[in-house]
Amino acid sequence: MKSLLATLALTTALTLPGLALAKPVTLSTTLNAYGGEGAYLAYYVTDASGAYVGSLWMAGGKSKYYEHLGDWYRATGGDTAQVNGITGASVGSGRKLDVTLDLADALFDAGYTLHIDAAVEDMRDSPNEIAVPLTTDGAGKAVQGRRYIASFQYDM
Amino acid sequence: MIRAFHRWPGLLALALVTLLALSGAALSVFPAAEQLAAPQASADLSVATLAGRVQAAYPGVEQIRRAPSGRVTAYWFDQGTPGAAVIDPATGQGVASADPGQVQRWLTGLHRSLFLGDGGRLAMAAGAAAMLVLSLSGVALVARRTGGLRHWFTRLRGPLAGRLHVEIARIAVAGLLLSSVTALWMAASTFGLLPETGGAPAFPAAVSGQTGIAPAQIVTLTQTPVSTLRELSFPYPGDATDAFTLKTDRGTGYLDQGTGALLAWADLTAGQRMSETIYMLHTGQGAALLGLMLGLMALGVPVMAGTGVALWLSARRGRPRIRDNQPASQAETILLVGSEAGSTWGFAATLHEALTRAGQTVHVGPMSDFAPETYGRARRILLFAATYGDGAAPASAAGFLDRLERATPLPEIPMAVLGFGDRSFPAYCAFANAVTSAACAKGWEALLPPDTVDRQSPQDFARWGRALGQRLGLPLELSHQPVAPRTQTLTLLSRRDYGAEVQAPTAILRFALPRQSLWQRLTGAGFARFSAGDLIGILPDDGAAPRLYSLASGRRDGFVEIVVRKHPGGLVSSRLTALHPGETITAFLRPNPGFRPGRGKAPLILIGAGTGIGPLAGFLRANRRRPVHLFFGMRHPDSDFLYHSEIADWQAQGRLTRLVTAVSRGVKPHYVQDALHAEAAQVTQLIREGARVMVCGGRDMAAGVTEALAEILAPSGLTPAMLKAGGRYVEDVY
Repeated sequence: MKSLLATLALTTALTLPGLALAKPVTLSTTLNAYGGEGAYLAYYVTDASGAYVGSLWMAGGKSKYYEHLGDWYRATGGDTAQVNGITGASVGSGRKLDVTLDLADALFDAGYTLHIDAAVEDMRDSPNEIAVPLTTDGAGKAVQGRRYIASFQYDM
Repeated sequence: MIRAFHRWPGLLALALVTLLALSGAALSVFPAAEQLAAPQASADLSVATLAGRVQAAYPGVEQIRRAPSGRVTAYWFDQGTPGAAVIDPATGQGVASADPGQVQRWLTGLHRSLFLGDGGRLAMAAGAAAMLVLSLSGVALVARRTGGLRHWFTRLRGPLAGRLHVEIARIAVAGLLLSSVTALWMAASTFGLLPETGGAPAFPAAVSGQTGIAPAQIVTLTQTPVSTLRELSFPYPGDATDAFTLKTDRGTGYLDQGTGALLAWADLTAGQRMSETIYMLHTGQGAALLGLMLGLMALGVPVMAGTGVALWLSARRGRPRIRDNQPASQAETILLVGSEAGSTWGFAATLHEALTRAGQTVHVGPMSDFAPETYGRARRILLFAATYGDGAAPASAAGFLDRLERATPLPEIPMAVLGFGDRSFPAYCAFANAVTSAACAKGWEALLPPDTVDRQSPQDFARWGRALGQRLGLPLELSHQPVAPRTQTLTLLSRRDYGAEVQAPTAILRFALPRQSLWQRLTGAGFARFSAGDLIGILPDDGAAPRLYSLASGRRDGFVEIVVRKHPGGLVSSRLTALHPGETITAFLRPNPGFRPGRGKAPLILIGAGTGIGPLAGFLRANRRRPVHLFFGMRHPDSDFLYHSEIADWQAQGRLTRLVTAVSRGVKPHYVQDALHAEAAQVTQLIREGARVMVCGGRDMAAGVTEALAEILAPSGLTPAMLKAGGRYVEDVY
């Protein structure tokens, strides 16, 4: 189980009291059958003002393609240290990705938003494919992405 | 050594390299097709105008991209649904689907990774590396074969597979080098092995906060021609902190969505430019014509793979297994072989077997292993030396001369050199001669005078074997058949006799074409495909080496014809000249591609004496348009004027331009070389016009002809050797 704590500790943006309190959260993403190469997906969190807080997961291992995850790339400057240790394979057309992470309790119901940027080779980039507020109530509720993601939900 | 660097990557990566080349060739078509199909922007169209048109057609436009082919694609969002289309820049309207075709995607996946992810990518990168090694080692081999890079496009001789392999390679290698180097660069970049090339500029810390400027009003965009555009991204609707992102072939920048001001700009780094150039060179995207050329060159790879394997197999077949080979330290006779294609090993195996049967201990090895200090019990060293190209050491003799130079001569171990070569090449047995001179200069005692074997002649080899046997005090009868020939039965149709009155009984024998199986017809094996000048071999009853006769007919003539002179005591010639129509012999076919008139319309000068007229008559019978001058030497026109009546017919039909005869029996003996001298002016003129000289007959006659031509051509600055080097002077000598 990957720990967000270590990752977020790298960024100075999130230094909340009570961070030690964390619980496992599963991020479930199902892709449309868009019929292309594997999709790169960047999962990251912004705060209430829209500022980048930290990354949760990167689906896709080749950093030379990260610039196509436009918002994430802009927020991080393409810094691969942001996704060190939390990077997995890209997700094929029509496939499902489940990632379980220890997320700090403090991230919920505090104005934070979870974003997913998506990109597929030779197809349109889709930054901000998903943007859902992290709330206790929102858990388990599926949302649809703009182009590649058929459904996304987080479960606690 | 270099050959090993060519052979093993070639064999191991055969399938991979072929797959890469074929899929690459197929992919090379797409950039050109895209360029032809995509509506192109007019030269003066600005990005501002284009963006305005697209936004009018698709108000939810998010991004406009321009591919190197000139194809403009727009992506938009309309009531929660994303859309995309190829745009006609003149109208801003979509004209075609923006999704890449399934075929292209499938081919790309195959070409890049065999659909196997990173493992497949590594495999394909290994294939590209193999291609690079093959290209480089191939260049070295071709340079060695042709005598240097300066002679890159020199004429080639030899069997078809080898010629085809090199002919394709010397054109395709440029493309294959480019494709494999760029492929490896791209693979290294994919696996993050190259330094980061830098990216977009940092997003500006502050924007105006205003929104709503029309793209057509943005000054930067009005100054940016569409031809330089890579990508224009529109700000998110409702996000006042966002901005336009513009990427061009110069760099990347951000434009304020309220004021249109250029907020930040970063030029492309040198690394990025390099990456883009390499991508273009590999994919042909942005260089469609280059892509097509690379694809065409890649198509040569499957042919080279096939011919390469054929070459390898034939070299393997030509190198027999040697039984009871003794270690070098134990053997009395050290037999070292310098062979390129492997045929000389067969001779070594024959000698090894004969000597072993005679009770000798023999070691056979490559000349490159020469190490006289290890030959503890050796009494003699025998060297079988073929020649590569213009006198270079053949593959298995690499480094021999250096080793010989360093070695201390052992006076008690004499040395014998037997050269293997082809007299029709100017550098006949040049390497063997170099070995002989080097050994002589170092003071090695010669066991036998140096000798040569012309075109794998079993007779030459047997003669040398007898000389060796005599020297060793052993009866040594060497019967070597380079390739076990597959014989067929030929039935005599007719015979015409000449020359009895001048003590040269000669017969023109015409045999029926043997029946060919379907397989033989398909593969051109045996008598299914032959032309005048090829050889047929006839095995004597006593199992000695076969006798070879030049064919005076081609497959199209519908018969097999040879000219045979009866030699006193000659077993085969006696049997042949005693044949009656209806009787049969068994014979095999041996192609002789070095002795053909070739294509083209340049004049031919055919020179022959006695039975040497045979193949020349075959050339005349098949001639359509070429001017042909025949110099024919005979003893007496009333007795051995072979093909007399046909020659008259051929002259009447225009197949023969001019006949010059030389008669040797008479008051004043006259030979073909005399006839050449008499016609010196015309001969010189013809050769200046590019004429090809073909000589067939006895060895003395051929030497006389060469001498005469040397004298005739001297004033014009040409020599027979120059003509030979240019493939314009060929001999078939016996």
